[in-house]
Amino acid sequence: MSDPSPVLCASAISKSFGPVRVLFDVDLNLRSGDVHALIGENGAGKSTLMKILGGYLPPSSGTIEIDGAPVRFGNSAAAEAAGIVLIHQEFNLAEQLTVEANVFLGRELHAGPFLDWRRMREKTRELLAELETDIAPQQRVRELSVPQKQMVEIAKALVRDARVLMMDEPTAALTSREAQVLFRQIEKLKAQGVAILYTSHKLDEVKAISDTVTILRDGAKVTEGPVSEFSIDQMATQMVGRDVSDLFPQKAVHQGEAEALSVAHFSVPGHVEDAGFTLRRGEILGFAGLVGAGRTELMEAIVGLRHARGETRIAGKPTVIRSLKDASRHGLAYLTEDRKGHGLLLDKLMRPNVTLLGLDRFAGIFIDERAEDAALSTSIGEFDIRAPDRQVKVSNLSGGNQQKLLLAKTMLVEPDIVIIDEPTRGIDIGTKQQIYEFINGLAEAGKSIILISSEMAEVIGLCHRVIVMRAGRLTGELTGEDISEENIVRLAVGIEGHRVA
Amino acid sequence: MSSERSERPKSRLRLNYSVLGPLLALALLIVLGASLNGNFLSYTNIANVVARASFIGIIAVGATFVITSGGLDLSVGSMSAFVAGMMIIIINALVPSLGAGWATIIVGILAGLAIGSLGGAANGLLVTAGRIEPFIVTLGTLGIFRALITFLANGGTLNLNFEVSGVYEPVYTGDILGVPVPIIVFAVVAIVGEVVMRRTRFGRHVAAIGSNEQVARYSAINVDRVRLLTYILQGFLIGIAAALYVPKFGSANSSTAVLWELQAIAAVIIGGTMLKGGFGRIWGTVVGVIILELIGNILNLQNLISPYLNQAFQGAIIIIAVLLQRSRRQS
Repeated sequence: MSDPSPVLCASAISKSFGPVRVLFDVDLNLRSGDVHALIGENGAGKSTLMKILGGYLPPSSGTIEIDGAPVRFGNSAAAEAAGIVLIHQEFNLAEQLTVEANVFLGRELHAGPFLDWRRMREKTRELLAELETDIAPQQRVRELSVPQKQMVEIAKALVRDARVLMMDEPTAALTSREAQVLFRQIEKLKAQGVAILYTSHKLDEVKAISDTVTILRDGAKVTEGPVSEFSIDQMATQMVGRDVSDLFPQKAVHQGEAEALSVAHFSVPGHVEDAGFTLRRGEILGFAGLVGAGRTELMEAIVGLRHARGETRIAGKPTVIRSLKDASRHGLAYLTEDRKGHGLLLDKLMRPNVTLLGLDRFAGIFIDERAEDAALSTSIGEFDIRAPDRQVKVSNLSGGNQQKLLLAKTMLVEPDIVIIDEPTRGIDIGTKQQIYEFINGLAEAGKSIILISSEMAEVIGLCHRVIVMRAGRLTGELTGEDISEENIVRLAVGIEGHRVA
Repeated sequence: MSSERSERPKSRLRLNYSVLGPLLALALLIVLGASLNGNFLSYTNIANVVARASFIGIIAVGATFVITSGGLDLSVGSMSAFVAGMMIIIINALVPSLGAGWATIIVGILAGLAIGSLGGAANGLLVTAGRIEPFIVTLGTLGIFRALITFLANGGTLNLNFEVSGVYEPVYTGDILGVPVPIIVFAVVAIVGEVVMRRTRFGRHVAAIGSNEQVARYSAINVDRVRLLTYILQGFLIGIAAALYVPKFGSANSSTAVLWELQAIAAVIIGGTMLKGGFGRIWGTVVGVIILELIGNILNLQNLISPYLNQAFQGAIIIIAVLLQRSRRQS
């Protein structure tokens, strides 16, 4: 903290949407060369605060000062002109354009009346090299993976010479290696005197890279201070307002050897080669690996969402699953990792969402809406879904409540085998704990669960057995005491390579 | 904490506005029409307006399903002309063997329904199995069906056998308890459509696909099958409309049902169905069709604006309706 006077000083920021107040008199000071973490549960107001600072939303009251002079941004362009850049959680990229066109979008370099592509390409290449990615400037953004898009967003912010760079959940979609690259970039920017504000649910990461932390709860600032003064547990407790030291429940006692699901010589063209594994009854089987290792593709193929070759057996019987409908019929359900894109109809109410997969249970010739309502009530109770009322669109629910709704939707078909893909991505710690309890409860009730997760702690804390994948192949299996971060990483990056028996 | 939040009055207001919008427009038109001409509100005029609206109305019910699922069918007008032409050809050909009576007419109607359904299936298969944008597929078939009717009529007009015409005519001109037959058919189609849209799995699946196709797929919905069915339903309803059209005009030619696609899509959008899919409202479509027909009727009742501008009004209305939908979304 070389410079004690803040670059950006926000005082008593409040925000209401209609009668609903989401921010209460929040103060925030960002200093040059300081990495400031903004943490809180989903719905605590982090994104709203960032959008206000970035000019995307006007505050209902409160003032923003830059270098001591009050400012009022009419839109995000005005904020960017003042050197304040926000990278959204959901990216703001033109999918059809090239990387270089995106990086310079709105600030294209000119040579006379024409675009100076050569200079833009050079500069983009330089930036991408600094970011240690192998993206080519001429690639189309739609061909990029999520972490690559994240890197393009960062390159875009760098071109804008940001004095204040705000990042909403920048690491949610990154693997730990990619996150490390991002952190190195943050260090560089910090050295250049940029003020950085970022949000994350990963508290170990907050602890590692930030200097200052502000904690929000229910739209109000709970506390602020140097990160060194907080332990991870203290941060979590402040965020949630209660003790969360026991994040993971006691593992359910594994109920014997009966086979629930097994696949053999299973290949998904372009994604998975010759996979084979067995899931036992009452077991939580983890699938770990880097993003892109083929875990999701393997599971989607097993439930009939993708074409594949290989043998599938359910409860020991050879079974052919050609569609998700077939899978449902055999008591097999899949919970997608992409709750917004593949899981829920965001523009619909909760009722049609919760019954969409199991609609057959509510319909003869006509849909029985009363039965649907009753099912929704049960789900709201069972999964602790918190919504202002039943007439809200699903898009207005917080990420955690959306995830619970997706769980409720899937469980409504009463599956025996549940494949759960990244169940806690971008979700606050309190809801995470509830979801862990729930998954554990399923195993205790004798259901069999496959859990795909990129969060190491989750796999280690919940699973009886862990299979690791790398580049489309199963590279190893870990049980009991062997399930450790070190072992998983070694198998995931290919340092060690003993195949599954 | 969040459960104590009161409902947002804003969304309530917006909902009401979207429900009331088309009804308000309808009421305004009725007041305008009544002030222009004393006969406007007479039973004869109103029955006439609704009866004429029934062709487009029946087709627009199908278009509501197609659009709600995120699709589009531009070929409905040409396909109507083609189906009507085929019905006339088949009926005329059957007269020597089956006679100029109801047997011939019923076979003709069944053939019309089958041909319509097949035409719809062709559109649907190209969209689903062929993975081609519905806009392109139906723009193509729009041209194909229009050319086929011109070819079948050899550039002229196909005329219904005169004797059959006499027997068949009451299907359009007749009434049951004072209500014209086409209005009854339209009402039945609309009511069944509304129930199917709101109360059945098919209706729910159609809206789900329009809202987010991937979510539908991941919810064990056979997306291609549902999409195909919406196009087949559209074709079947074109068959029904043609079965009413043939007795009214007794002929079909290259200018039959021109721009019906404009009217059908306009009616659907005016009625509050989202053009990008995900939400559809059959009763809104019915109101939309009647609004369009009333505008034509009012233009005929006054002498300030030329009735030739009718389609300009329809075109303007469809643009305004989509604009309103968009601003509603953004607010």
